Amino acid sequence: MTPSTIEIVPTPDDRRIARLATAAIVLTVAEAAIPLPLPGVKPGLANIVTLIVLARWGWRDAVWVALLRVFAGSLLLGQLFAPGFFLSLAGSLASLATLGLAMHLPRRWFGPVSLSVLAAFAHIGGQLVLARLWLVPHDGVFYLVPVFALAATVFGLVNGLVAARLMSGPASDKA
Amino acid sequence: MKARLAEWIVLLRPGDWLVLAGALLVCVLSALTLWRGGAPDKAVVRAGGKVFAEVGLARTQVVEVPGPLGVTRIEIEPGRARVASDPGPRQYCVRQGWLTRSGAVAICAPNQVSLSLAGGAADYDSLNY
Repeated sequence: MTPSTIEIVPTPDDRRIARLATAAIVLTVAEAAIPLPLPGVKPGLANIVTLIVLARWGWRDAVWVALLRVFAGSLLLGQLFAPGFFLSLAGSLASLATLGLAMHLPRRWFGPVSLSVLAAFAHIGGQLVLARLWLVPHDGVFYLVPVFALAATVFGLVNGLVAARLMSGPASDKA
Repeated sequence: MKARLAEWIVLLRPGDWLVLAGALLVCVLSALTLWRGGAPDKAVVRAGGKVFAEVGLARTQVVEVPGPLGVTRIEIEPGRARVASDPGPRQYCVRQGWLTRSGAVAICAPNQVSLSLAGGAADYDSLNY
């Protein structure tokens, strides 16, 4: 066997992103075990990780972690390239774009909860746009908007609070 | 219990309350606008296949429609309408009672009179459904 001439050396940055993405993937897989009344309504626990990464290491790392989570999480759940995967991807892209803008809000006034709620709304927005254009080409999908909006508010609040709580604790164990 | 709740509430900053209030407002407004479907805004009365009258459902009034058997009386109230009396033998349209949803139809076939509600987002009409 000829030894490979290409050697990829992971940088410490790569390792950190991989470690954080793993945490997000674990939450995704764990969450898939929770029975839910309506497709599309999920707590989105992995977004706690995204919020913390955004606050500690910035938007670029948050994008990496969130997208790795979408791909690897759906691969593990056997959902890769299924409709649910594309909905999840559309939602993630929309909420990452929103986070990119919302992170510039003054920190003194807007904490992780604001970011979480805004990202959750962007997530359902991205999903609904894709669903309307592609999966259910009928305005009937918008009938569920109030349900999704309420879910986004509640889970956005809960995830934001958990992220804020984790970040308010001692930071040393996360370095 | 109260102390534990307070521990979480201190994590909320002023702007967070604002965002949460906005989020709840979006929930309520979207429910009000998207789930209003089926609220009719007018009643269409037909006699002998032709439109006899189109009446708004804003105020109370009575429409009297002449047909081959006699006069059919239609009552309009805010948001609803019914056939109050009809000379037909079986009284199906009268016994249907108040119509409240857009697309609902009451037909008095013997007297060739029909009453239907229109406007709003009609999901279906009571004939096709």
